[in-house]
Amino acid sequence: MIDRDTVLHVATLSRLELRDDEIEPMARELSAVLGHLETIGELDLDGVEPTTTVVEDRSPLRADEPHRSLPREVALREAPDASDDGFRVPSPQA
Amino acid sequence: MTAYEPVIGLEIHVQLATRTKMFCGCELVFGDPPNTHTCPVCLGMPGTLPVVNAEAIRLGLMIGAAFGGELAQRLVFHRKSYFYPDLPKGYQISQFDEPLVSGGRLGDVGLERVHVEEDAAKLTHAGATGRIGGSTSSVVDYNRGGTPLAEIVTLPEIRSAEQASSWLRLLRETLRQLGVSDVNMEEGSLRCDANISIRPVGETTLGTKTELKNMNSFRFIEQGINAEVARQTALVQAGERVQQETLHFDPRTGSITSLRSKEGSHDYRYFPEPDMPPVAVPDELLQSALSSVPELPLERAERFRTELGLHEESARLLAFRRALGDYFEETLQAGGAGTDKQQVANWIGNDLVRRLEAQRKDDEAGETDTDPAQSKVTPAALAELVALVVAKKINRKAGEQVLDVLVAEGGRPQAVVEAKGLAAVGGADELRPVVQAALDANPDVVEKLRTGNMKPIGAIVGAVMKETKGRADGGEVTRITREILGL
Repeated sequence: MIDRDTVLHVATLSRLELRDDEIEPMARELSAVLGHLETIGELDLDGVEPTTTVVEDRSPLRADEPHRSLPREVALREAPDASDDGFRVPSPQA
Repeated sequence: MTAYEPVIGLEIHVQLATRTKMFCGCELVFGDPPNTHTCPVCLGMPGTLPVVNAEAIRLGLMIGAAFGGELAQRLVFHRKSYFYPDLPKGYQISQFDEPLVSGGRLGDVGLERVHVEEDAAKLTHAGATGRIGGSTSSVVDYNRGGTPLAEIVTLPEIRSAEQASSWLRLLRETLRQLGVSDVNMEEGSLRCDANISIRPVGETTLGTKTELKNMNSFRFIEQGINAEVARQTALVQAGERVQQETLHFDPRTGSITSLRSKEGSHDYRYFPEPDMPPVAVPDELLQSALSSVPELPLERAERFRTELGLHEESARLLAFRRALGDYFEETLQAGGAGTDKQQVANWIGNDLVRRLEAQRKDDEAGETDTDPAQSKVTPAALAELVALVVAKKINRKAGEQVLDVLVAEGGRPQAVVEAKGLAAVGGADELRPVVQAALDANPDVVEKLRTGNMKPIGAIVGAVMKETKGRADGGEVTRITREILGL
């Protein structure tokens, strides 16, 4: 079901680097997962709301009040390349 | 040759006027030094949890209520996944199949939906050399990352670039008067993308669309849409096909270029946000939103037209500039029954605004709109001035002189009229001998007038004006002239 090209496409979307020998096992495993899910399709689920969560109505809302932000040097501390007061990254347009 | 018509839909991102971010309490301050308003949540650190800002939801519901859309009963967030440095989590928390608002309408354009989401951070593309072009690295400022946005999506009901830009002006003014955003396009708090396709006139199915990104002024939006419609029309007429793609309009060159898309083919892999299970919209939040929607520009213009009898143009001017509309209504109230509403509108919309704007150029021209309530001319004084002119106690020219004084010094019109001797030369009794004298002094003019040629009457009016130092009413002079000559 999941072929080599699909695995490579999803890997690209997810920024995953797969070795050549990882691709076939990944395709097999993902196919098995999807196959398992498809057994659900055999059920008659007309009129049943999809369950996306089992903890409905437990998300709190927050008042619009400021908290203290991080000092910049702390925010930038873990950055591999902090310069010009910001996080320097390889240009995504390069 | 086949004629084509453009089909345009707009997507507008509006930054909501909250104090803090969408999912954390970092304060929103435009123009602060980079990366001074961040925390583990908006930096996308592992192990953090987003918590919805209730005020962002309230403002989103206000937009929906203003448009007459259907308001969602629960909040459902999805993750929209793509990798880009402006998005530290690797996904944007947005809404997908259950937007906050469905449907609705503003003026001549129907709406598909309004949903809320978080803004991305700001990327500055500058190489080590400091040059923008050909840069190899970029610097990310996460201050803006996580700002609450409302995305407003219209139906593809717009048929020209001009309609798009005039509708956007209406939208911007409506959002401004709603108070949900500062709608500043230069600072990016209102941004617009356009989905554009063409089809043969009379066709009802939609052609392949392109998406024109991030145009940040009304002029660019108009130019960009026109350029894209021309490009598509040329393609189709040459027998080629329009490719579905994302485009960038360069206002300097007028050219349109393809943007390499962020993610190949918009493969955003939406899925329900597990960190924030669906939650009912609290009733007090909904009620607060509903009760916060004021009278909006279109409704106010309609009321000015139908209830107060203003001309279309005056009604729109006063409704679309709230400060002018408020001042107008206060002036009517000060003037009481019998006030000539259209005259008040004219004096505010033309004479007063022009003087205040001229005055402001000398001071610092601020961002804010001209507000007559901040001037020395009180609504009561303006009402009195208009009443004097309408009752012909002074003529219009004298009225303008009075207004000059009011703008500069304030005070009451009647006092200015007396101090400057501007009172109109009174009724016919006072004016008649002056007109008679002018006629006596200009027998050649009288001769022409008697033959029915009324053109030279200007000479008589001029003579009377000179004699009365401009305080006579031109129409009255003409009337008395006709009366004397039996015309």
